[in-house]
Amino acid sequence: MLLGGVAAGMVLFIVSVGLSVTMGLMGFVNLAHGGFAMLGGYAIALAMRQWGLGFVPALGFGFVVIAVLSAVLERLLYSRLYRATELDQVLFSIGLVFMMIASVTVLVGPENQPLALPSYLRGQINLGITQYRTYSVFLIVVGILIIIGLWLTFERTRAGAQIRAAVDNRRMAESLGINIGRLFTVTFAFGSGMAALGGGLGAEFLGLDPQYALKYLVYFLIVVAVGGLGRVTGVFYAALLIGVLDFALKKYVPSGGTAFIYALTILLLLWRPQGLFGTKST
Amino acid sequence: MTPPAVDWIDHPAAVALAGRHRVRAWEVIPWLLALGFYFAFPKYLGFGTELLITILFALSLDLVLGYAGIVTLGQAAFFGAGAYTVGMLAKRGIWNEPITGLILAAAVAAAIGLGSGLVLLRTGGLTLLMLTLCTMALLEEAANLAHDYTGGFDGLDSLPIAPLLGRFEFNPLYPTTQYLYVLAVLFVCFVFVRTLVYSPFGQSLTGIRENTLRMHAVGAPVRWRLVLAYALSAAIAGVAGGIWAQANAYVNLGTLGLDRAATVLIILVLGGYGRLYGAFVGAVAYMALAHFLSKIYPTAWQLGLGLLLVVIALFARNGILGLTEAAARWRRAPRAIS
Repeated sequence: MLLGGVAAGMVLFIVSVGLSVTMGLMGFVNLAHGGFAMLGGYAIALAMRQWGLGFVPALGFGFVVIAVLSAVLERLLYSRLYRATELDQVLFSIGLVFMMIASVTVLVGPENQPLALPSYLRGQINLGITQYRTYSVFLIVVGILIIIGLWLTFERTRAGAQIRAAVDNRRMAESLGINIGRLFTVTFAFGSGMAALGGGLGAEFLGLDPQYALKYLVYFLIVVAVGGLGRVTGVFYAALLIGVLDFALKKYVPSGGTAFIYALTILLLLWRPQGLFGTKST
Repeated sequence: MTPPAVDWIDHPAAVALAGRHRVRAWEVIPWLLALGFYFAFPKYLGFGTELLITILFALSLDLVLGYAGIVTLGQAAFFGAGAYTVGMLAKRGIWNEPITGLILAAAVAAAIGLGSGLVLLRTGGLTLLMLTLCTMALLEEAANLAHDYTGGFDGLDSLPIAPLLGRFEFNPLYPTTQYLYVLAVLFVCFVFVRTLVYSPFGQSLTGIRENTLRMHAVGAPVRWRLVLAYALSAAIAGVAGGIWAQANAYVNLGTLGLDRAATVLIILVLGGYGRLYGAFVGAVAYMALAHFLSKIYPTAWQLGLGLLLVVIALFARNGILGLTEAAARWRRAPRAIS
């Protein structure tokens, strides 16, 4: 029963982790993150339908396309606003979302895009104790692999150490000779690519239409705010928490579920403004 | 040697400071235009009413965002609170007199603003942004859930609003009464906000926006000032919401939504925030474009709006008014050199 919620949490995590790192590392309020997830979902769905790409290659394709696109946007536009006020960043990224939604509506159409899963991911799987949906199990496995991969990257590699250093103290990291500009671009591209992956993986139960970019944005933001900025493991736990809670509440309390999540978020943020797993910012 | 006596009263800086709040001749123009609109375009009064309400709502946001510097995404919470106050009281037949209804709407919205401001304004930055967003979403969900009182998703329609001053009926098809009524309310609220921002209280808000740390250092009660500004702005947004419900004779969940909050933010920034007339310029520009473009080319409208926002954020941070001010400075500059 719980597995559906855990699977939803995994998708939330995959989408939100990039947002958390962008906000924590660059201090940029990027409301266009859901837009990258939406565009990625479209790239994946279209690649599968038009070119007959398999599901897994299409996921890779979506990741690369969005990563490249976001790297270009980061170099050209985002980088100009790193020192701007939050308000400017919010406006800029809302404008970007509007443009993404409008472009997709014009180029592809406003209707929901179906994403056909390959046959080996459909149906049920025998887990020994119980039968379960193969796709949920697949999502959980993918999510766990990603968190392990990210954790290793963050904790055990040079790039990870650089990112952590820049999140904690940007000026000090810069003084030590870390190329912050390049680090930002690479991280931003990677985070947006992850969002694209999440957009494709979650399309099966979140749907995929132009409004996706705004519809789920509040959820992604809640996950990031609760998990703490720039904390990969924090985002993981927060995404699982929100995913499972949302799933369970929608099932057992169909009317009041969403309100409960908002209320919980408000209380959590008042109790710990830096997020459940974040450290106090300087 | 004694320094030459300087008469500070006559010093140009002192004169400029003392005269900052004076009413300038051009400030009559917007009101004359609004009155002229009433006689010139009787067919568009519905649109005009909506426009004036939007100006009032944007003005409330200007107080909190432009002057106090609190970045909020949840201003529609107070608009909705005001609208639902008027709507629920009228629908249940408890209270349907318009002017006192607005005062009640303002009181309810101010109470919510005060309560939420007291807890939310402890935080800042992204956390505050998220908290305002979540508060609004929570109110929206609450209004959706309590559909015995609020009508849920469908909202409340055909509200029985009593005639204004006991004489002038609100007619949804010929909104002449609504237009003049909204114009009068907007004028009163504008005079209030104008007085407020030029008062010492308003000056201290600007100080907090510019340098919070220094305002703490000079002993200003920063948090209380911010909470008070937040509550006052909520009250004005509540008036805007209440008058919207009265003029349209209905309320729905849209009054509380993120759409409305984002739109009013866009309008204010388009006009130029932290300027009294930014709300006016932005609302006129946005509503005129939206009214005529969005029906013909809805997608192009969204694309253009997005592009406009990106351009404003990157190049024109002070909106249309900021651009005109820059143009005026640029024209004056060569003379100053020569």
